[in-house]
Amino acid sequence: MAKLLPLLEHAVKKPVWDCRMCGQCVLHSTGMTCPMTCPKTLRNGPCGGVREDGHCEVKPEMRCVWVKAEERSHALPHHWEEEFHDLRPPVDNRLQGTSSWTNLLTGRDRRTPAGWQGVARERHSAVPGASMVEVDEPATLPEGFHA
Amino acid sequence: MSRLSDLIAAGTRPVVTAEFPSIDGGGLPAVERAADELRPYVDAVNATDNPAAHAHASNTSIAIGMAQFGLEPIMQVVCRDKNRLAMQADIIGASLFGVENVACLTGDDVTAGDEPEARRVFDLDSTQLVKVASGLAEGHYLSGRAIKQPPALFVGAVENPFAPPLDYRVLRALKKSEAGARFLQLQIGYYPERLEAFVRGCVDAGVTRTTALIPTVVLTKSAKALSFMDESVPGISIPADVIARVAGAGDKDAIAEESYRLTLELSRHALSLTGVSGIHLTDFRHDGSLERLVRDLGIGPAFDPVATASGATSG
Ligand code: SF4
Repeated sequence: MAKLLPLLEHAVKKPVWDCRMCGQCVLHSTGMTCPMTCPKTLRNGPCGGVREDGHCEVKPEMRCVWVKAEERSHALPHHWEEEFHDLRPPVDNRLQGTSSWTNLLTGRDRRTPAGWQGVARERHSAVPGASMVEVDEPATLPEGFHA
Repeated sequence: MSRLSDLIAAGTRPVVTAEFPSIDGGGLPAVERAADELRPYVDAVNATDNPAAHAHASNTSIAIGMAQFGLEPIMQVVCRDKNRLAMQADIIGASLFGVENVACLTGDDVTAGDEPEARRVFDLDSTQLVKVASGLAEGHYLSGRAIKQPPALFVGAVENPFAPPLDYRVLRALKKSEAGARFLQLQIGYYPERLEAFVRGCVDAGVTRTTALIPTVVLTKSAKALSFMDESVPGISIPADVIARVAGAGDKDAIAEESYRLTLELSRHALSLTGVSGIHLTDFRHDGSLERLVRDLGIGPAFDPVATASGATSG
């Protein structure tokens, strides 16, 4: 099942949201518009390059992902609309290709580096990356999936 | 903390910032010459980071060079070219040489430059970078690893009050200010009413309680320059009647003069807004108009009664 989940998630989310399988889904807080489809993969709002007609700086034929997201956020339930303004943390690039559904259940998608919460560790940790406690190995997409 | 932050905190006069020209060759003398030209008229100058996605002498090298020649740098860091490790290393590295002002930007896309084949990085976005840079000043890297005797950074960002979604721009400014931005340099814009609405929104939302707003004006001398910005610079749109006004001014000299008038008007308007802490000047003319502008506006170090009295400037 763990192996099937990412496949299933991608099959469901790709056609509707053009899901990029970042493994840390924020769709509900971004107006159900995937920020990873922004050519700059911005997760905290639009860049300064949005065109006068609301289209993307990089892809003039496409409406800016964040212009869409902002519009749609107002149509969402109130607590999701509020979450639109949250400061979303940097992407954990290790989760690319894993199932955000699994990561949501395990809480893996909400773990951020200690410095993101403003905590300074006193000494060097002997183990690289040890400041992030691993709960579970993220479920990885089967090889060749993206071929 | 930096002189720029002291000036802003004091609030006795509007601060003047400008853009350092891109340097490629010519060695340090080229940096010195440009620094000498700007020093009398401005409080701090942006060391750009591959502007418009064109490679030039790096942000860190120019910022350090400026500091050595007695011109206060604002080091821009764009998210396009480097990952989180490299950006933190650049900020910490430059701080060893006294670079304290850091402006965090998303960056124009690689397709705007002359090497559109390049890989985009965008490992962090600009708001995340603001928070990470603020963390460095608090004494830790993003990982949480402690920095002993951390640098006293003055962290800022940019915002574009003129690009859609217009209503959302104030909230984005608020987000950046909550992430730690203490100043926001604003994009070039030719819609005074949009600037006004944005600044008012920022005052109402409390942004200006912690964060200085610095609108940008640009010195140009032809209608062609305006059309170019309108068509080719991401995030800049110029109303047709503004371009027509400059184009219809008469001969070349009259057009140059009308361009200057336009910039002077926009500057006066920006500085008249409650909540604005200064102005950022971009100079595409290089004909002494920058000096003329600060004189006409009566701002900058040359017009600082305190600094002039204490002999702090040669202005
Ligand atoms: S214009 Fe919108 S979609 Fe395009 S790069 Fe900027 S934020 Fe992303």
